Amino acid sequence: MKKDYNTMENVIRLPHKYAAGQTFARFYNGLKESKIYGTSCPACDKVFVPARSFCPSCLTNLSDWVEVSQEGEVVSWTYSNKEFFGMPGKPPVVIALIRLDGTDCDFLHLIGGINKDDPDTVKSSIKKGTRVRAAWNDDKIGHMLDIKCFEPVS
Amino acid sequence: MGRPVAIIGSAQTNHGKRFDVTYPELVKEAVDAVFEKTGISPDDIEGVVSGTMPSMMEGVALTHFYFAEVLRSVGKPILKTETCGSTGISLAFTGYYWVASGMADLILVVGSEKMNEGDSQATMTTVLEPFYQRSFIAGAPGVFSMQSQEWSVKFGIPEEKVRAAATRLSVDHHNDAFDNPHAHIKKRLTEEEVNTARIITYPVRLWDVCPNSDGACAMIFASEAMAKKLGLKAAWVKGIGYSGEEYWFGDSEKAIWQCAIDASRQAYDMAGIKNPRKELDVAEVYNPFTFQELLYYECFGFCDFGEACDLTLKGTFSREGELPCDPSGGTLCSNPIGATGLNRAAEAALQVTGQAGDHQIPGAKLSLAHAMGGVDQFNGVMILGSEK
Repeated sequence: MKKDYNTMENVIRLPHKYAAGQTFARFYNGLKESKIYGTSCPACDKVFVPARSFCPSCLTNLSDWVEVSQEGEVVSWTYSNKEFFGMPGKPPVVIALIRLDGTDCDFLHLIGGINKDDPDTVKSSIKKGTRVRAAWNDDKIGHMLDIKCFEPVS
Repeated sequence: MGRPVAIIGSAQTNHGKRFDVTYPELVKEAVDAVFEKTGISPDDIEGVVSGTMPSMMEGVALTHFYFAEVLRSVGKPILKTETCGSTGISLAFTGYYWVASGMADLILVVGSEKMNEGDSQATMTTVLEPFYQRSFIAGAPGVFSMQSQEWSVKFGIPEEKVRAAATRLSVDHHNDAFDNPHAHIKKRLTEEEVNTARIITYPVRLWDVCPNSDGACAMIFASEAMAKKLGLKAAWVKGIGYSGEEYWFGDSEKAIWQCAIDASRQAYDMAGIKNPRKELDVAEVYNPFTFQELLYYECFGFCDFGEACDLTLKGTFSREGELPCDPSGGTLCSNPIGATGLNRAAEAALQVTGQAGDHQIPGAKLSLAHAMGGVDQFNGVMILGSEK
């Protein structure tokens, strides 16, 4: 027979104020204007998005700003129809790695503008290489989710 | 290169939902058991290494302080090692370094987790910075589902074949777990049940994912002189390799997973292994997801890229196969995260000392233990042998 044991509930809530720093601040201000900014590394000849303050490869401090394309290709994706902690929006959601045109790293975001009833339907709409474009929220607060999602380009 | 080091004993608790004990009581179970099994006196231990998931998982910060008495660490040097999922293998490395350096002859290493008390998926989100990734990577399954898709597309493996191979691993490991007295999930599954289970994050379904387990593992590392003096069965550390990658998920390719490749090659070089599939007798590959286990076979050089599904379906990596992988049921069937990587080392050590019981691979002399952590940044591999 299974026994029941006592448990004691305790909620730990610790508010943080994370400093965005100058580079992220400028990136987020760009989102408020429906622009996606990256920074480029002259030594590695690479463009990173979101904008970085230093090159993750050679650690050069980056100061060359570029407005990057709002279009790109799906690299990989996943689908979930169950709500979980911290999920952006309500299920079902499709999260994807997207290579924005002219950049050298994959950009994480949501896929929208497609039927998400089940994975087979999603598969018929997106796969590796599918062209997608950013769709924006009307109200912007300087947050990654100012970009509502990326939608397939028809 | 340091001095030779041996694992001379290990003990695992029963893994599962352990609301019958507090967290320190769970740790005590593993520690008491390793002293009982080896006959070593806690007084002879020179230092203690403890490790868990990040504090958000534990609900108590600085668990090595919380566990001071049960770790028998009062009055002794204590180190805490924490690398998320790879904590357990990092713990084994820490114990190894301590003895190999010549600074100690007898070290106790303990990994533990009580996943059922907290929210593991929410904890994973706190491993990510809040500006960018935390909005999108809520937990481990999404990350590894995207990795799996990237891998199968890159090597042109048909989706049905990937599914069939993942299903084979799931059915086999859940069966294997019946032979492991400490395993959490033991279940006879049909292929149909695995293939049609509910989706967690596509293509990963319920039986492709490890459970939330509570459990602990304790292990004793000894120098050559101490191992000889104590006269216990020894699993010798033949090689270790550890490698990490960039922090941001989109910055590196995950289909050809460089840190997994590099960690295994460092360990093989140190152990003098040229052909791992031929030379290794058994491998305890960290497999929280069936799909990821397939990818590891390729990264670790058990086969070429794109081959793992075919070989899995042929039985190359099953209990009777050329290189049995996870005969314990692996992480897929028990995942007390802070202990999981140490469980892999414990299982690999049991195998090469002929003490693995019902899941013993007959005559095993050389084994591999592995764990992965961070979000997906870290991979650690340890090679153990029956001979120094």
